[in-house]
Amino acid sequence: MLAIWLKRSSKSATIGTMKMEVNVNGDRVEVPENATIEQLLGQLDLNTRAIAVEVNEQLQPRDTHGTFVLNQDDRLEIVTLVGGG
Amino acid sequence: MNNDRYSRQVRYPAIGDAGQEALGQSTALIVGCGALGSVIANTLARAGVGTLRIVDRDFLETSNLQRQMLYDEADVESNLPKAIVAAEKLRRINSSIVVEPHVVDVDAANIEALSKGVDVILDATDNFEIRFLINDVAVKHSIPWIYGGCLGADGQTMTILPNTSACLRCLMLEGPPLPGTMPTCDSAGILASIINVIGSIQANEAMKILSGNKQSISKSLTIVELWQNQFRQMDVSKLRDQVDCPTCKGRQFDWLDGRQGSHSAVLCGRNAVQLSPPERQPLDLEKLASSLESVGQVTRNRFLMKLAVDDFELTLFPDGRAIINGTEDVAVARKLYAQYVGN
Repeated sequence: MLAIWLKRSSKSATIGTMKMEVNVNGDRVEVPENATIEQLLGQLDLNTRAIAVEVNEQLQPRDTHGTFVLNQDDRLEIVTLVGGG
Repeated sequence: MNNDRYSRQVRYPAIGDAGQEALGQSTALIVGCGALGSVIANTLARAGVGTLRIVDRDFLETSNLQRQMLYDEADVESNLPKAIVAAEKLRRINSSIVVEPHVVDVDAANIEALSKGVDVILDATDNFEIRFLINDVAVKHSIPWIYGGCLGADGQTMTILPNTSACLRCLMLEGPPLPGTMPTCDSAGILASIINVIGSIQANEAMKILSGNKQSISKSLTIVELWQNQFRQMDVSKLRDQVDCPTCKGRQFDWLDGRQGSHSAVLCGRNAVQLSPPERQPLDLEKLASSLESVGQVTRNRFLMKLAVDDFELTLFPDGRAIINGTEDVAVARKLYAQYVGN
């Protein structure tokens, strides 16, 4: 799963913006400086309707993702909720 | 109560005699009796939960046997609905409990009746649309419920104590993922092992609720990835206070009130579509069987009728519902239904 994210994240790097790195589920991911959670989710191409995100061990409610600005070395846990059973 | 039967469970301090007695007087609603439902129903029946109300809309197929632990090959050949087969098996496992099977598609029209008088609702469904309906009814009537979902080797579960802890909408404020945007058991596959893990956690959470141990309920979203052996917990204890949830704070029940929801569904891992026409008429299966005998191969029992035609198999239920095998295209399924059953 993460291998897919990393491949996708590398292609969407924007030239000319300052970069920083955050930790997503244990892997380093490069994002634009001051990226929000929402931007990161877009970069990783995740389905934002079925997602739970922790930043530095604090769950961030879905309605804060658009405004929550990430910092260098933030540790994120991102989980896509699954529907089978 | 047969004392020996539950002796090892009663010896567990948190259960004890009082907990066992409470379990015996409890009613659990299990929505879905496929993979998760098999594990949950099996565990709760053996634990001595007094009444199990099990609801399932489907019948058995060979591809179910890999992970749906209550069933065997003879059950597939019987062509009986899952709820009926499950009830028979559960009664053999524990004849001292009451098992109520319901062969219906749970929807906004019947979920309040199905959940009447239950002490807990266990989610053993295969899609988010119905989970939001369960969430609505649970929050509206303050019934604890336990979400469980699995895909591939991944699974998650969360226990919801309505009006106390975060509900499903608190977590997924925008509602279920849009149709076709999520991987399914068909595309991603599913392992039996993750089902057993998640179903067991769900059953155990239900036992805490039913045995008078609500203080021990998990306050986290539990996430398990079995292939990489990752076990994670996300603390959701503050979530309800953090969000302005339309369901549990606004008391707006969009799925229960029918403002949201659909009448067809692609069935997880089945290469099949269920059609549940909103204004469906009851079907006279006997009459239909005789008129369709010239069209294809027809088989019938008390609970359903099957028509095999070309590469498709149509299974019709007396309530007007149909499951069309051989396609995942809702439009194709609707066309076949219109062609052989009528509109």
